[in-house]
Amino acid sequence: MAERKVLVYTRFNRLWHWSQATSILILLFTGLRIMGLHGVLTFGTAVTIHSIVAVALMLLWVFTAFWLMTTGAWRQFAPRRAGLWQVARFYAWGVFRGEDHPYRKVLRRRHNPLQALAYLALKVLLFPAVFLSGIAYLGYTFWDHLDPSGWAIWAVANIHILAAFAIAAFVVAHVYLLTIGHGFREHVKPMVTGFEDIDLTPEQEAYLAAEEPGRLKA
Amino acid sequence: MPPRHRAMRFVAWAIWVVIAAAPAQAQEPPAIPGGGTTADHSKFPALKGPFSSGPEVTQACLSCHTEAGDQVMHTLHWSWDYTHPETGQKLGKANVINSFCGNVGSNEARCTSCHAGYGWTDVREPPPADPTRVDCLACHDRSGQYAKQDDLAGHPPLDPVRAGAKTITGADAKPVDLAKAAQSVGEPGRENCGNCHFYGGGGDNVKHGDLSSALVRPDLATDVHMSPEGGNFTCQTCHVTEDHRVAGSRYDVEAKDIVDAHLLGQPRDTATCESCHGNRPHAATPAGMKLNDHTDRVACQTCHIPSFARGGVATKTLWDWSTAGKLKDGKPFSEDGFTQSDGQHLHTYLSTKGNFEWAENVVPFYGWFNGTVEYTTADTVFDPSLPVEINRLEGSASDPDARIWPFKQMIGRQAFDTERNVLLHSQVYGPQTDTAFWTNFDWSKALQVAADYMGTGYSGKFDFVDTRMYWPITHMVAPADDALKCGACHRPQGRMAGITGLYIPGTGLPPGGILGLAILAMAVAGVAGHGLLRLLGRKDKGNHHG
Repeated sequence: MAERKVLVYTRFNRLWHWSQATSILILLFTGLRIMGLHGVLTFGTAVTIHSIVAVALMLLWVFTAFWLMTTGAWRQFAPRRAGLWQVARFYAWGVFRGEDHPYRKVLRRRHNPLQALAYLALKVLLFPAVFLSGIAYLGYTFWDHLDPSGWAIWAVANIHILAAFAIAAFVVAHVYLLTIGHGFREHVKPMVTGFEDIDLTPEQEAYLAAEEPGRLKA
Repeated sequence: MPPRHRAMRFVAWAIWVVIAAAPAQAQEPPAIPGGGTTADHSKFPALKGPFSSGPEVTQACLSCHTEAGDQVMHTLHWSWDYTHPETGQKLGKANVINSFCGNVGSNEARCTSCHAGYGWTDVREPPPADPTRVDCLACHDRSGQYAKQDDLAGHPPLDPVRAGAKTITGADAKPVDLAKAAQSVGEPGRENCGNCHFYGGGGDNVKHGDLSSALVRPDLATDVHMSPEGGNFTCQTCHVTEDHRVAGSRYDVEAKDIVDAHLLGQPRDTATCESCHGNRPHAATPAGMKLNDHTDRVACQTCHIPSFARGGVATKTLWDWSTAGKLKDGKPFSEDGFTQSDGQHLHTYLSTKGNFEWAENVVPFYGWFNGTVEYTTADTVFDPSLPVEINRLEGSASDPDARIWPFKQMIGRQAFDTERNVLLHSQVYGPQTDTAFWTNFDWSKALQVAADYMGTGYSGKFDFVDTRMYWPITHMVAPADDALKCGACHRPQGRMAGITGLYIPGTGLPPGGILGLAILAMAVAGVAGHGLLRLLGRKDKGNHHG
């Protein structure tokens, strides 16, 4: 096994990550304004930006879902139990005692098992909750006649807000975890350049050198 | 220049002028006569006069417009009697009690001065069944000098006018030239309707709040539709009229008008914003589409009339009858405690009427409204410990026909029967009587004679009860730029603070938001604690990792 710098975040992957990150921050900021938790921007401007960015982000998700399925990249997020306990134990205990991170990145799994599970939860629970409730909210005019008491739109709004806060909590934890290990800059860099330190088998190394030399850094 | 040359130049100039002007004159077609109509009423022999009374003019009108009198006599302008189709209540000016001057019955010659007829002196009976008693000129005079005197049951002031007499607008009464008025007739202008409707309740804008003399020639900011700088609408542009029946009602309001988008702008027998603007009037931008989503629950007027009593004329917001009757040295007196924006001083106390409050640019009261109002009539029993709603608005969030409407909320204090817990009629007008309040300042007489006149019971014991009356605000539509912004309602304690049964974003954090904030706070606290523990661990071990 040799550790090599390998391109694991493709250009689309990085574009997806950063435009999603930007969108989520804008949506959280304007969402907080709509809830009345700050006063930067008028309510109307906040709603307009929130709606436009939400539609753009949902469009991005459509492309991403397509990309994940067609390229097989979705496998990166498939949950598995192996190593989960060790990683959890590390964050809860080992990290305070100066232990090294137990996970070694390999080509087919660039995320550690806990990370993959967290991203999967985000993708299948929180994102759908927020965008389905958002779509329902945005399109209220098409079903408001089914909701004479207004109870359903109240429930939709509460689900939307709750899911949004959960995503905000994820963002906090996500950014914080970048500070663990080699430091914040080192952790952000791969998502900028695309290259990450990966343990390669001799076969993988030989294959990449022969077939995809651009993915290997000297 | 020598004189000879100067003369020659003048001659040349004169010839040029004649040549230039002559063909222009020859080419100019003759002007089309009539100014939009086929009849010049000044040419009708029947209208030459002289006329000695209003009904004589009407008789002349009816000699051509044979059905007009009969048509008017089928309208609410004539009958002042209305049976509500939903509640079955007998309403109309002849029947209701309001929180202004109270009631018409027993005060006729004064109150019926605004009747669209002549000489209705007893509203317990229908108006005189005679088409010549219809007042054509009140609505159709375009000479501007026709008026109705304020105490002649609808008749105009004629020569000789009693000294000190006033018209229904409060102006000094001058003798009306009936022939001049008759020859001037045309489609009603804003001032025709306004002479009565702007002065309801005893003065300019006293009653409605959104109907004042400011609408005769409003600037654009006061009324975008009626302003000559805007649509220059007359009243009947919206209040479409057919057979003299005028669309629009305060008793049975079209509070939510679902219109066929293909028929926009077509004349319809209704006076709603939607009949021209439709149900989704905003542009197909993200903000516009969101605004369009509001129209099923929020009346157009709620955002587009940000305040009423605009244009420089204040409206009466409180009328406390209970303080009326105080005298100074045995004489009635007045206080002028309110100064209008034009500097005019308005009464805040009159011995005849009690205490008043006034306001300009008033933020409306907002409430759910499905168009139906239920009146507290003379036989409606109420609980006098609570403010009595003179006209209760029907509708709630769960009523699909209801929308949030703006209202003028009139605060009143009126006489009621303490034994029977009902409102009481009062006789205020009657200069020749020894009972009318405005002449004698004695409530017991004024209430007793009115009860006898109207045939209602009266225990003889009275007091005053707090009342509330609601006037839908629908005029004085502001230019789009002045419409309420989202934040006027979408904020804590915003304009919708009194509205229940509806989720309004931005008015406060819902449970999901409180729970969400807690989750976020826990995440922040979690990473902070984790980071702190790492920091402590690092010190202990001196390890660069972690």
